[in-house]
Formats: sequence, C-alpha cells, structure tokens
Amino acid sequence: MITIVDYGLGNLGSIKNMFNRLGIPSLITSDIDQISSASKILLPGVGSFDNAMSRINHGSLRKVLDLKALEECIPIMGICLGMQLLTNGSEEGSLPGLGWVPSKAVRIPAQQGLKVPHMGWNKVLPTSRSKLTENLPNNARFYFVHSYCVKVEHTKYSILKTNHGIDFDAAIQNNNIFGVQFHPEKSHKFGMQILQTFADI
Amino acid sequence: MVRTRIIPTLLLRNESLVKTVKFGKFSYIGDPCNAVRIFNELEVDELVFLDILASPRGTEPNYKLLRDIADECFMPMGYGGGIKTAEQAHKIFSIGFEKVFLNTSIVNNPNLIEQISTAYGSQATAVSIDVKKNIFGNYKVVTCGGRKRTALDPVIWAKEAEKMGAGEILLTAVDCEGTWQGMDCDLISKVSSAVNIPVIAQGGAGNIGDIGEGIDRGGASAVALGSMVVFQKQGMGVLVNFPDKKLIEVELGKH
Repeated sequence: MITIVDYGLGNLGSIKNMFNRLGIPSLITSDIDQISSASKILLPGVGSFDNAMSRINHGSLRKVLDLKALEECIPIMGICLGMQLLTNGSEEGSLPGLGWVPSKAVRIPAQQGLKVPHMGWNKVLPTSRSKLTENLPNNARFYFVHSYCVKVEHTKYSILKTNHGIDFDAAIQNNNIFGVQFHPEKSHKFGMQILQTFADI
Repeated sequence: MVRTRIIPTLLLRNESLVKTVKFGKFSYIGDPCNAVRIFNELEVDELVFLDILASPRGTEPNYKLLRDIADECFMPMGYGGGIKTAEQAHKIFSIGFEKVFLNTSIVNNPNLIEQISTAYGSQATAVSIDVKKNIFGNYKVVTCGGRKRTALDPVIWAKEAEKMGAGEILLTAVDCEGTWQGMDCDLISKVSSAVNIPVIAQGGAGNIGDIGEGIDRGGASAVALGSMVVFQKQGMGVLVNFPDKKLIEVELGKH
C-alpha cells in the first residue's frame, strides 16, 4: 500500500490513477493515524514552497513524517515540489525544508532562448546508482513543470540529472528518501516504471 | 533542451470524438477514452482536447467527460472549449488538466487571460487563435468554431494575448484544417516571429514533411496534428495512430 499524503496542494488523482493502472493499492489521505501506519509514503506537491511547508508544519503532520522518514526509515518519495521539500530550503521561500536530503532548491536562471518555468519533456542521465532508476531504459524521458531546481550538496545524493540551461538534479536519494523533480504520473511508460519500482522497493 | 512537441488535437462533439474539415463537415472517430488509451500506448508528448460545440452552444465544459478522460490519460493534457471564467478554468485544472485554451470568450473579455495567468501561471494559460482569410485575402481571427468573423488581425491579437499573460498560442489555419494539403507557413511565420511565446501550429499537416515545414519555414515551436493521428491516410478509415518518431526526428534534424 502506497500512502499518498494529502496536505491540501496539488491534484493527487492522476497519481492514484497511475497506481490503479499498475494494479498497486494506494490511498490518498490527510489522516494522521493512516499516515502513522503507512509502509510507503508519497509526498506530492504543486504550488509554492512556503505554502507547502507551513501546511506540513501545521499540526502533527511534520512530527509524524520525520518519524517515518528518519526513525522507521520507510521508503518515502517526493514528487515535483514534494522533492524540493526534502531539501534544507529553497530560494522560493524563507521557511526551512524537511532537511532529509542535504541539498537546496534554487531558481532556474533565465537565459536567452530558454523559458522558465522549465515545462515539457526532457531526457535524464543517471548520476549515482539507485534501485529507483536501475530499470530505466536509456531513452527515458520525463515531463517537467517547475521554476526552481534542486542542487545536492554531494553527488552521491543525485541519481538522475537533466539540463535546462544549467545541469540540475532530476532525481535525488538519501537512503530511504527519494525525490523526483518530474511528474511520473504524466510521463506515461517511463513514469509507470518509476512508480512500479518505488512500489517494489 | 525541451524537445520539439508534436501534439495530437482531438475534437469533442457531444461525447464523441470527431474530425472536421475546415471547421465544417465532420467524421465520427469514436470514443475519446478509447483514443486516450491508444495514445498512452503510443507514448505521445501531450494531448489537447477541444470541444467544438461548447462555445457555439454557449454551454460550460463537460466536466464529467473531462474527468473520464483524465482518469485514462497518463500524459500532460490541455483543454479548450466554452471556458468563460477563471472558476471554470480552476475546475478543469483540478480535474487534472495542465493547461486551458481560451478562444471565443477572450475576444470580448481579454482580462480573462490575465486572471487565469496570474492565478495559475502562464504555462497553464494558452490562447487558441483560429484564422481565416477574408475576401480581400487578409488574415482575420474567427471565433465560435469559425462561425463568427472578427476584425482582429492575428498578429496583433497574438501580441495582445502574450501581453495579457498567455504562455502559448495554438494557431489554427481554418482554410487548411482537415485538408492534408500542407500548413500555412506564411501565417505561422507572421505570428511566431511576432511573439516570444511558443506557437503551436495547426491545420493542414498531411505528412511528416509538412510538420518539418511548419517548424522550419513557419518557425513554430510545436505542431498539432488532427487528421494524421485519427485516419489511416487521406480518404481512408479511422485509425488512431502517431507518426513514426524516428522519422520525425530525421525530418526535424534536416533543418
């Protein structure tokens, strides 16, 4: 069972639809008891960094997530903004992030001929070996929509990178904590591969 | 770098998928959800759905149908047809669409572009511009599924849309639409050279060479395909398909 944490941001239906298609049981919930008993957590997110962090910090959600991530060490994956929340913080906001993966989120610099937000399909390249990405084909590409990007403090935390004017981390990992900048639920075959592998970990 | 996008545009008429010729005569294609399932398998970049009756009839988007489509669709999606308010756009985003296409309503209410763009970002706010030549041979914007003529010049209108916050323009040459006779590169180039946002060119693509022309001669950022993705060939039966990606890469690499 994959527990998809609903903290009030983003459309979670399409993630659940993809799990349904894969035949993997999943649950969208904001209920603290259900999150407390989760064996695998997905942290989605669309919107602004501070808005997301303040929703997570509100009530007991933050404490439960920290417990699941750092003490129970269950597999947790952040998607899009959900990945940026795993960092120490973002240039987009002033609140600290969850701090589970030594990294930070920075604004994608505007450059001639390159648009921000980075929106569309892009190829990825493996950086460090990871269970999450070992089954991906060479031609894997994913759908991105974001204006901020993650830079890890040490290359060992980066598992996929991509480029949009600058190189940045498309997927990160610190032990049981995973993050993907792209939207697997909108990246058909390749996205299904990622969600399937996460479910199998 | 982001790849050049080739986007199937699927036309909704009531609950069915159809394909029109020059916005007039239409053929029945089938069930939209079935087509979406096939496009998932074909791994297309994104899909755009346009409801061709919503504006002429003055009805709201068919949210139930859009929800059914979203349940099946594992790629980015856009929707256009009958959107008159930011609340309606919000409903479409919450169903799981990434982008809305505004057309008829913004001719009288251009502020809607700004409202949606401010709330949801320019990447989610696209403007659809349908263009026909008038009797003097000048390009003019038409609305309401081609039923209403306006005095608007497509280049000026596209610039206005960009200024109001549109993130993308779907430019349709009505006279070419559904003809398989090639794209109107003159129109495409006029509009795409006047704006800094991506222009998706639509209308007339009948083969991979036409796609290359739209990108290369027209300067479009992306090409939308109608007939090519729902028929086997011109004049032949229905077949939901997508041109060979390797051949497209070769074609686009030529330029």
